[in-house]
Amino acid sequence: MICQECKQRPATMHFTKIVNGEKTEFHLCEQCSKEHGHMFMLYGNDDFSLNNLLAGLLNFQAPMKEMTANAFPNPDLLQCETCKMTYHQFTQIGRFGCADCYRTFARYLPPILKRLHSGNNAHSGKIPKRKGGVLHLRKQLAVLKQKLQELVAREEFERAAEVRDQIRSLEDELRQRGEGDM
Amino acid sequence: MSFEKFFNTAVSAWMSQEGPDSDIVLSSRIRLARNIVDFRFPTLFSSEEAMQIVALFERTFAYRSYGGAGRFELLKMSELQPIEKRVLVEKHLISPHLAEDSPFGACLLSENEEISIMINEEDHIRIQCLFPGLQLAEALEAASELDDWIEGHVNYAFDERLGYLTSCPTNVGTGLRASVMMHLPALVLTQQINRIIPAINQLGLVVRGTYGEGSEALGNIFQISNQLTLGKSEEDIIADLHTIVQQLIAQERAARQALVKTLGIQLEDKVFRSYGILANCRVIESKEAAQCLSDVRLGIDLGYIKNVSRNILNELMILTQPGFLQQYAGGALRPEERDVRRAALIRERLKMEERRKMEGDER
Repeated sequence: MICQECKQRPATMHFTKIVNGEKTEFHLCEQCSKEHGHMFMLYGNDDFSLNNLLAGLLNFQAPMKEMTANAFPNPDLLQCETCKMTYHQFTQIGRFGCADCYRTFARYLPPILKRLHSGNNAHSGKIPKRKGGVLHLRKQLAVLKQKLQELVAREEFERAAEVRDQIRSLEDELRQRGEGDM
Repeated sequence: MSFEKFFNTAVSAWMSQEGPDSDIVLSSRIRLARNIVDFRFPTLFSSEEAMQIVALFERTFAYRSYGGAGRFELLKMSELQPIEKRVLVEKHLISPHLAEDSPFGACLLSENEEISIMINEEDHIRIQCLFPGLQLAEALEAASELDDWIEGHVNYAFDERLGYLTSCPTNVGTGLRASVMMHLPALVLTQQINRIIPAINQLGLVVRGTYGEGSEALGNIFQISNQLTLGKSEEDIIADLHTIVQQLIAQERAARQALVKTLGIQLEDKVFRSYGILANCRVIESKEAAQCLSDVRLGIDLGYIKNVSRNILNELMILTQPGFLQQYAGGALRPEERDVRRAALIRERLKMEERRKMEGDER
């Protein structure tokens, strides 16, 4: 097959463009496709489209930012102390600079995460074992507190007292391990 | 190097072994994105930080063996030739991003090529397990065990509420991307795929071609993966994907039966014509090769072609990519030279199949 652009060299790049359901095929040689800026598709570089989309999504928040401008300082000026990334940079690149950015930009993240993850904004999967110790204790604690309330409601005070003791010992353990490192 | 030897060293386990439902599912892949505390993300880390991370992994994990996967080898992107990197991409062992845009990128690769850990890609590490056939749960278990092993040596960036922190907000939470590669020729032929893809997208899953977004599904091979990483547990993410994949398998099988019934001899004709092209071509472009390979594979699955092993599609789809062809040729090739090489490689591979068959008959 001959390149449809220069009609000289053999076509080695074959693209199908679909715009609004309309399919157009391209058969180009390497040179012509470079000139047409199609090369990024050679590797199907998904970063390209994803990041553009993401940046669009983050910037979409602009009107909301103005509304909150009085209550909070302009988020664009927020800067992460660890890596010096600004919120403005984040919305341009679509990526965080370091783990602390999540804390720095925390106020503005929930709507973004919800949009990206179908309304979810909290993790419910694996927990690293290293952090797991304290986290598991906390989860256990939450379960016990719930149980205590139920027992009290049913007026089973003897069992409620047992649960209360368990809660106390868990709380002691948590204090000893130091909640500060979380 | 003899063809057989080149061929045998080029093929990784997932390409040549069979797994559950491997008439339709070629491979299952799990990827976990993780970052290490006290280092900035690759988005803007310094070269010193990048080198420290590579050194940390080299010191701790390289040359150690891990379970049945064998020893880990550390490959630094800066030390590899462009063709070598391309071959790794074509085998799905590293991402194009690591090969092209990660100056401090590296990869820990297990001996059996089932596990690869990309270092300094978009995140500090990306753990990847690749299994043949539909084995999502098995691949997740393997990846998770490896994750525990690594976590024993490094401190991951983790937030109690948001989970594993990743450089891109689309990966935060589990950092898990599960994907399944499927061969769906009958759904394409009956055009049902055009209705199925939008439906799958609505369920929070993504369908794309073999080499990423925007690429056409070469050889009727589709990659289906989860999009959400936050709010669902790893097991739920896998289970949801698994359910959809099983439905697709059922639909593909039904469509194949319908094709056999309605087209009959015409379908058989299409399959054998494609076989004829592959067995006799002297010049072939990758698109045509992919289509013919897909037809032949369908013919094998339907029992029309008996003497050819099923893995021919997995293997040749990858071995006829430009990187592999150039590695086999031992140097850079112009596109038209590639088409000649590709034809020769496919013919050679089909002959190898006949030889094996004859040896089998003699025994």
